[in-house]
Amino acid sequence: MSLRAVVAAVVDPEIRVVTIDELGILRDVAEDPDTGRVTVTITPTYTGCPAMDVIRADIRHALSVAGHPDTDVVTVLAPAWSTDWISESGRAKLAAAGIAPPGPVRRDGPVRLTLTVACPRCGSAETEQVSRFGSTTCKALWRCRACREPFDHLKAL
Amino acid sequence: MNELTEFLLRTGDDALVAAQRLGEWVAAAPEMEEDIALANIALDQLGAARLLLSYAGELMTGSGQRPAGAVDGEVTEDTLAYLRDDREFRNCLLVELPNGDFAVTMAKLLFLSAYQRLLYDRLVASTDGRLASIAAKARKEVAYHLDHAQLWTLRLGDGTAESHRRMQAAVDQLWPYTHELFQADEPTRRLDEAGVVAAPDTLREAWLGLVEPVLAQATLDRPADAWAPVGGRAGLHTEHLSYLLAEMQVLHRAHPGARW
Repeated sequence: MSLRAVVAAVVDPEIRVVTIDELGILRDVAEDPDTGRVTVTITPTYTGCPAMDVIRADIRHALSVAGHPDTDVVTVLAPAWSTDWISESGRAKLAAAGIAPPGPVRRDGPVRLTLTVACPRCGSAETEQVSRFGSTTCKALWRCRACREPFDHLKAL
Repeated sequence: MNELTEFLLRTGDDALVAAQRLGEWVAAAPEMEEDIALANIALDQLGAARLLLSYAGELMTGSGQRPAGAVDGEVTEDTLAYLRDDREFRNCLLVELPNGDFAVTMAKLLFLSAYQRLLYDRLVASTDGRLASIAAKARKEVAYHLDHAQLWTLRLGDGTAESHRRMQAAVDQLWPYTHELFQADEPTRRLDEAGVVAAPDTLREAWLGLVEPVLAQATLDRPADAWAPVGGRAGLHTEHLSYLLAEMQVLHRAHPGARW
């Protein structure tokens, strides 16, 4: 397994169905050909995301198990993370876990108003937002008027 | 003190103190969704504060400066948050005022997030790459804070007679403190001319352009400009900051370097 594949398999500590690669958090994996030292570059989703320390530790652990104990994990802020970086497989896994994936981000102007978010359980478009803020910084709270179930929506950022 | 360091402390302290105040609502908000919302907004503010104060700390370490309460070592975000006294904090008075009722908290969030939105928008173009990258992240988050505060201002202002009365009282009470956000000073103006930061006085017109329509739509009167207390940027705070810091710093000061 390539080094990139080892790091890419690390799962997000708060949304454990997707990997940090599928979320777009993983930016780069590079190995110094002379020293063998691995440098992993990641970017936070939100500035205050409390999962970053766990993600760093999980990356070090995964590389250590794969025979690379000598690792640097570098955090970069630019370019700023966007939900547009979440991969197709990541979106499918989020939906399968009952988390409605984000729509595309509008580049300029005020916060995009999401007209409708399909219920990840029954697929109905008859849904409504309960709160713009949810159980983690990246999610909003919605409910479905058809199947009556509440669900999380990963909001476009 | 270095002019950029001063600016980073002001902006970082605004976010840090706002985060601490918003955190006081956890388990005390009017409904569970609001508990979650205010905690999320607090976390965003704390995230921005950490990035800004870490940067300030590195600049201070490089120039051999440290807070009076820190005896040795490098200046980190923790040194700045936990080991400065009230006189060393550079936040505006608005963010340190007590939470009051829910209307006061929402009026405060409306005024603060409109200011932060405009400030971060300008900082995205800063010639200082690190400051620009912090602003590019924070501006996306603060857009949600502003949106949240606008919705509540409309709901309360254009709501029942009682909610309208309270929202108007909150706006009237806090309006004088908004002037300090746009207080001009020479060092910031020089940094603005160099393209590093946005001078606060250049933001007020755009701020009024965001806030006044919200107040009007919420059937609230825009208060007249009169009394304008200042002092926060010079470290001259209300007594409320001292109580806030006592609670925020007690653990770290009692057990230096404590971890869990």
